[in-house]
Amino acid sequence: MTNTIGEIENAACILSVGSNTTVTHPIVGLRVKKAAKNGAKVIVANPRRIDLCRIADIWLRQRPGTDVALLMGMARVMVDEGLADSAFIEERCENLDAFKDSLKNFDLETVENITGVPRNKVAEAARMLAGNSPASILYCMGITQHSHGTNNVMALANLAMLTGNVGKPSSGVNPLRGQNNVQGACDMGALPNVYPGYQKVDSPEVREKFEAAWGCNLSATPGLTLTEILQAAHDKRIKALYVVGENPVLTESDASHAKEALEALEFLVVQDIFLTETALLADVVLPAASFAEKDGTFVNTERRVQLVRKAIEPRGDARPDWWITCQIARRLGGKGFDFDSPKEIMIEISSLTPSYGGITYDRLEAGGVQWPCPSQDHPGTPVLHTERFSTPSGKGRFMPLEYKPSAECPDEAYPLILTTGRSLYHYHTRTMTGRVAGLNVFRDRELVEINPKDAAALGIADGDAVTVKSRRGAVKAEAKVTDDSPPGVTFMTFHFADSPTNVVTSPALDPVAKTPELKVCAVRVEKA
Amino acid sequence: MQKVNLTIDGTLVEATEGITVLEAARAEGIYIPTLCADPDLEPYGGCRLCLVEIDKMEGLPASCTTPVAEGMVVRTETPGVQEARQRTLELLLTDHPDNCLVCSKNQHCDLQKVAAYVGIDQPRFKKLERQTEIDSSNPFFVRDSSKCILCGKCVRVCNEIQGLGALEVMNNGLSSKIITSAGDIPILESICESCGQCVAKCPTGALMPKNYRWASKEVSTVCPYCGVGCGTYLAVRGNEIVGVRGDPENPANKGSLCVKGQFGFEFVDHPDRLTSPLIRRNGRFVEASFEEALDLIASKLNEYKGDQFAAVASARITTEDNYVIQKLARAVMATNNIDHCARL
Repeated sequence: MTNTIGEIENAACILSVGSNTTVTHPIVGLRVKKAAKNGAKVIVANPRRIDLCRIADIWLRQRPGTDVALLMGMARVMVDEGLADSAFIEERCENLDAFKDSLKNFDLETVENITGVPRNKVAEAARMLAGNSPASILYCMGITQHSHGTNNVMALANLAMLTGNVGKPSSGVNPLRGQNNVQGACDMGALPNVYPGYQKVDSPEVREKFEAAWGCNLSATPGLTLTEILQAAHDKRIKALYVVGENPVLTESDASHAKEALEALEFLVVQDIFLTETALLADVVLPAASFAEKDGTFVNTERRVQLVRKAIEPRGDARPDWWITCQIARRLGGKGFDFDSPKEIMIEISSLTPSYGGITYDRLEAGGVQWPCPSQDHPGTPVLHTERFSTPSGKGRFMPLEYKPSAECPDEAYPLILTTGRSLYHYHTRTMTGRVAGLNVFRDRELVEINPKDAAALGIADGDAVTVKSRRGAVKAEAKVTDDSPPGVTFMTFHFADSPTNVVTSPALDPVAKTPELKVCAVRVEKA
Repeated sequence: MQKVNLTIDGTLVEATEGITVLEAARAEGIYIPTLCADPDLEPYGGCRLCLVEIDKMEGLPASCTTPVAEGMVVRTETPGVQEARQRTLELLLTDHPDNCLVCSKNQHCDLQKVAAYVGIDQPRFKKLERQTEIDSSNPFFVRDSSKCILCGKCVRVCNEIQGLGALEVMNNGLSSKIITSAGDIPILESICESCGQCVAKCPTGALMPKNYRWASKEVSTVCPYCGVGCGTYLAVRGNEIVGVRGDPENPANKGSLCVKGQFGFEFVDHPDRLTSPLIRRNGRFVEASFEEALDLIASKLNEYKGDQFAAVASARITTEDNYVIQKLARAVMATNNIDHCARL
């Protein structure tokens, strides 16, 4: 997030787009509700009728995969009606002319045709967002999991800059991150192209710095992303894989392909707290300590580094992940893996990661710190980009955009769109929530949400067993007939191993982020 | 904010304009008993226990709903206040069970604390029988209306913080009670999302977690679920987690939790937990020692240094865990093939 969770309740306007906020980030959902009580205008852009629609001033029900058109349409209204924050743009931004030029393709008639949102609603939303400052934009995987996800994010950044909603409290472009420490994993360079602190692996100075610190030679070639790793395993270019606390057999799009890839490996090590579907394929499985059994830090979606503390002893012979990894590294001759606590590891992290330079356990004892925090006397950074953007010129660059349809659109053979998401009562592949009996009272099986019109045409009744088929595979689940899903769109979660939704999802990737298009694929639904 | 000066029990107090007399007294360390006031909720004035005397004001105003004013003179312990408090509390206790020793809330109960403070030796009123019921439909908590004192905190937290409105007060004299808002149905069938915030706020044993056990200590940590990073206290008894409490000081959640954060911890002790390394031998997993498993992994990985190796780190494990995994991939295995499921 460019901004801080607590600021949301003081926003004058909130745009929640591609985020089922109260379900996937319930506590952020509370802040949105509080803001609405305080008088904030709430705009929801979501194909599904989500809980936030109850309190929304405007609900834009765009067709899945048409966000660029919707957001560019809103930008066009702001420009045409002179609603843009020209002082902010003049001082802080660049490339406005090229951006304005790209808006010519987004007259409201075209936007309505692409998105299905009535043009007056698009205009009304644009006026509401531009007219109520500060405005906070909240988004989630409904924006990123598309073959044009990067463009979706840029479209949001364009809107934020156009309305001057960057660099001040209660504004900003705020991705709500899905997992407890996805931010920390990214910050630490558990990514193929960057070292800790997003320092690029192909920068010679950066590489030299890490070679000197770690006492070894390092590869200058960026590595492969998870999806590419699995493809390379499938092609037998990657032969050995070490998987820690992930379950790609269920989470990857086109999951049958992912499973084949893991089966093709010569050596697979899986380290986890449970024998997951992925661990079942391993050659060696290592038992890890759970969050309650170890010390460390998690970094939340607002970049706040917070202490995780050991409350109980690890079960059986389970060990903390860092300890296990260091043992493997030392046995392979690795130097610099003699840490005796996470606190010691953080000392090395802060010495090599400028944005973590001022972060120490002693400081975190008094409460979390938001990076960038370059030095001990730095208070941390609740709001990013207050004076300059992290571009070479320091200016926010407007990005001209085109609308690109999703990689796989409905056709005669597969006439419905499948979009995926989460349930309030479960988390990812249910390795944890599946083992909490009470949560399964609320939801113990996969449901396929389908609009009553589509259900009637297919002779499907609420509660029927159905098969959802795509070009890649088929999955069985129970039909839930509801107009929460618009006509033509079905919805499933990916929580249940018995109904592995990702067997049917599309492997199309965003070309930059390499994020799979989990939010749009073409399916056929039949009575099972 | 402007400051005002007032006197409470003879002490000159400076308070911020807009706060209540109760808040001003508490800030000064002066205890006024209450059962319905809560710093996270709007003033309610329901329990009538925080009555005080204020010069130039008639009767006994409730301190929780009376804003401070310049020159105000407040007395919290006059005979009149004490008498009124005693009477209110006695009435409250006429239909409250006396069997505290077999109540899970025993010694954590605000009603006990207030009763002890106000001091009632000889109840003057006859015990009343109230028609009560127990709703144990929810898998995580029990509603026992016999212990409810109608403070309304559950209704208010659900409205004001959770923004849901699953509960409401049905006013009907002695048979007044808290009901689900869609009519008086079991809570499991209502719109309740089981966030447990009402359970956390309940001053008595009317809303209690199921299988509640006292903890021997609390440990401050962070919720293991979504990316909000709610601050939590794990309640620990021996080597077991027995409960979770939202950390009111944490800026991300300010004490609130969702159903997963509040109640979703029993996986930690699930019998499916991996408790030993496993090595696949002839197609079957066999338990092994860490020494054996680590030696085997090192000898095998030694054959795959470079780009034929990849590591998949995790968005669930700690920052430090991730740091050493990427360091292993890069510095030891000589490859940048390291990623995790940030995109999923």
